[in-house]
Amino acid sequence: MSVRELELEREPLRRSRELARADGQQALMSLEGVSLYYERRRGMMAPAEQVGAVVDVDLDIYPGEIIALVGESGCGKTSLGSVLTGLAKPTSGRVLFQGADIAGLKGERYQDFRGGVQMVQQDSYAALNPIRTIYQSLSAPILQRKIVKGRKAARARVIELLETVGLTPPDRFLDKYPHQLSGGQRQRILMARAISLNPKVIVADEPVSMIDVSLRISILNLMAELNRKLDIAIVYITHDLATARYIAERGRMAVMYLGRVMELGGVDDVLSQPRHPYLQALLSAVPTPDPDIAKAMLELPLRSLEMPNAARPPAGCRFHPRCPHAIDLCSQEEPQLRPVGASEAACHLAEQTLAGWQERMAAIRASRDS
Amino acid sequence: MSQGFADFWRTIYRNKKSFSGVIILALFIFMAIFGPMLASLDMTVKFDNRYASPSWSHWLGTDYGGRDTLLQLVYGSRDVLTIGLFAALFTLVIGFVVGAVSGFAGGRTDTALMFVTNLFLTIPSFPVLMIVAALVQIKNPVAFSFILAVWSWAPLARAVRSQLLSLKNREFIVACRIMGLRMPYILSREILPNLTPYLAINFIMAAQGAIVASVGLMMLGLAPYSPTNWGMMIQLAVQNTGGIFNPKGYIYLISPILCLGLFQMSCIFFSNGLEEALNPRLRSN
Amino acid sequence: MDNLVEIKGLTIEFPMRAGTLKAVNQADFSIPRGQITALVGESGSGKSTLASAVMRAVTSPGRIAAGTIRFDGEDILALSRKQLQAYKWERASMVFQAAQNALNPVVRIKDQIIETYRAHRSGASEKQIVDKARDLMDYVRLEPDRVLQAFPHELSGGMKQRVMIAFSLLLDPQLVILDEPTTALDVITQAYIFDILVKIHKEMDITMLLLTHDIGVVAKAADRVGVMYAGNIVEAGSVYDMFKRPKHPYTAKLMKAVPSLYDDLSERKAIPGSPPDLLRMPPGCPFAPRCEHAFDACRKASPSRVVWPGGHEASCHLHPDSQTVSIAEVRTS
Repeated sequence: MSVRELELEREPLRRSRELARADGQQALMSLEGVSLYYERRRGMMAPAEQVGAVVDVDLDIYPGEIIALVGESGCGKTSLGSVLTGLAKPTSGRVLFQGADIAGLKGERYQDFRGGVQMVQQDSYAALNPIRTIYQSLSAPILQRKIVKGRKAARARVIELLETVGLTPPDRFLDKYPHQLSGGQRQRILMARAISLNPKVIVADEPVSMIDVSLRISILNLMAELNRKLDIAIVYITHDLATARYIAERGRMAVMYLGRVMELGGVDDVLSQPRHPYLQALLSAVPTPDPDIAKAMLELPLRSLEMPNAARPPAGCRFHPRCPHAIDLCSQEEPQLRPVGASEAACHLAEQTLAGWQERMAAIRASRDS
Repeated sequence: MSQGFADFWRTIYRNKKSFSGVIILALFIFMAIFGPMLASLDMTVKFDNRYASPSWSHWLGTDYGGRDTLLQLVYGSRDVLTIGLFAALFTLVIGFVVGAVSGFAGGRTDTALMFVTNLFLTIPSFPVLMIVAALVQIKNPVAFSFILAVWSWAPLARAVRSQLLSLKNREFIVACRIMGLRMPYILSREILPNLTPYLAINFIMAAQGAIVASVGLMMLGLAPYSPTNWGMMIQLAVQNTGGIFNPKGYIYLISPILCLGLFQMSCIFFSNGLEEALNPRLRSN
Repeated sequence: MDNLVEIKGLTIEFPMRAGTLKAVNQADFSIPRGQITALVGESGSGKSTLASAVMRAVTSPGRIAAGTIRFDGEDILALSRKQLQAYKWERASMVFQAAQNALNPVVRIKDQIIETYRAHRSGASEKQIVDKARDLMDYVRLEPDRVLQAFPHELSGGMKQRVMIAFSLLLDPQLVILDEPTTALDVITQAYIFDILVKIHKEMDITMLLLTHDIGVVAKAADRVGVMYAGNIVEAGSVYDMFKRPKHPYTAKLMKAVPSLYDDLSERKAIPGSPPDLLRMPPGCPFAPRCEHAFDACRKASPSRVVWPGGHEASCHLHPDSQTVSIAEVRTS
């Protein structure tokens, strides 16, 4: 299908989304047909291949919402995060911030975007300059960007930030170096730094995966609190469906595979009624901390375990070589995201697969209760 | 910041090797600065006093011309240390600027600067120094240090560049970019401090290397004549005055060698503790 | 219960500049024969150190300060060097965390297998070893021809991990220890690997010790579970006991602190406080600073171990003996 034909086909979907926006709110950020390709060589002599990290993604982010971006390694979620923060320029498509294409922004409007989208990284140790104290690391951005003027104001603001993220007494932390703090404390520092610029969106890439399991919830609670109190939208990127469900409780979830969004909808709906076979496979594979359910859960039989080469994605639906439901159509035509009930899924057989899933879960529940 | 200063010296103090290096270096510096002020050197030749044994008036005895050995060492330390210090300073400045700009800017700037650097790396330094010394009369030790530096900045530039290439993509630098912090700030406040341990160690080693090179040049007679320069003293002892044949002259021969050796050793010892002292992660908490 | 491994009073210390660190503190733990036992703990719990002691591979400067480890009745801490050689990898083997990096990148898989085999046993021809390797590849569901000829970088992370599992089975050990075998692997591959492990365990009757912080994995794969905190075994029992009737507050709170896909989100609660500082442990129960049920005795004396029928045991002052039903228990179950 030519690009033009694809555009025409997607128009109705985009139109419907615009309508949704119109009667709801303006999207804070919009990704329109965003693709990110990069070159890779598998050795010095081999020819360069184009790897599609993100392929033709449409996504809106609304003010103050929490949206989870889930997928396994190689699905493109981190790359999508880079596009959102402006670190990576998309190979095609547009990124809009408050209605304007960020590629064309200059001067003050660019600075608005720069300060408006911030990031919380996975590795809190690497994300902080090891030879600067916490005070120095937190005061530099607000002074450099002229959010506060002068040392006294900076110090007061840093103390305020530390209190907001639950690091008390704040004085104790000012002169410490990153290596003197625990992982959880460092993660809170990262969050303090992110909110210090008064952003509208925070992109959090696996913020809790390097933290002890018993402490993860407290960090996630903090993020949820910041979202509520400061009305900051959060894009939560992870491979862990359980924490995604926890934080995006009343928000949305987008499931990615090989650079494309395969399913998109409200978290509850998506997790209880997974339409896409890939999501179903994920849900079957995630072990539940309940021996009865965990031991009874059978994996969805996938036709292959290996992720395809990202430089040569399968024809048609990217998931079809592994999908147990695949039919001829799946290898010929790539399915687009379309509404299936209350959510959207990119699958030709979404209705049937959903029904199949519901039967399975009923059977498992029955066997557990008996 | 003062906290960091105190921590620095405490860590150096704890490392016995490093601390002894500091003490010896400090002694040398003291000797270089204040020594000549405390006693005047009489360089008039008094042959009847030649190669005198150590006594209260001449702690290390006298040289071939009856002049006090220790005082010559003290006076000579000024030249030696000046050359070392300035050569290291020039080496560091040139090497860092070239390497940092090259690594950070990338692209054509990088290619051009690296081409120049590689040139300096491949041309053998010693023959060139010999040619330069033969053509130009260098009287001033600072100018001399500059010439020494010109031929030693290249390896440092390459090393700094590769440090920059890796630092550029470290997560905390990427974080600075996301926060919209500007280039000059990132270079001076975030990247440069991370290179301080590396640069400091290189400074010390460059100083040490420059002194060794200058001494070598002097022994070959290619550098400005200064009879109190330690290298010159060795040269005179070995070549010109038959000091190695006269047992009484051994002190005159060995003392500058010892001084040089001690200075080198103290540099190496000091730098041993520098990495730990400058990196808050390695310091005690 | 027939135990393959019995650990009693094990203490492992690491002398450091700032003091002595007790990585494992008087641990009593048994690994029953023919079952999959999981050892759960977060950072600083000591589970990796304990497992390395079972392998007689405690990294220096750590040293075993006290206790005994009996493997099949034999005291392995007293083995001679020759006996130790025969013990390591032949009776107990280990799959390390991110083991994929343990493969030599410039040697083919087949040659590495032959090398490893020959390091322990002589007398087998190359063909015999390769045949065995092919069997093992089948077991872990890899294509023998393709994988044996390959170099490590030609295989994906999941494939390399399966190769490491095959490696650990090479000499038919009785015990295989797996340290976080599936971090850095995606969820689907992880589920697959655990399937393989359970299958191997059943068909080859191998005892497994699984070290992990992921309680979901424990619920799925384990028969018996031990929970470690700050170097102490705080609770041990069957996997159902652990999840349905936890006796130690740490176990109960750990279950509550981990979100899952199907539970009630409002019931999730983090454990207050921060991970223990092993260099500055307070007297008494190591969990006392973070425990909401802590009272005076908890801060003064270490709790002693109490055993309930069925092999469920815990060390907590709330359970001074196996008869008392504590308030905590009623609240957490």
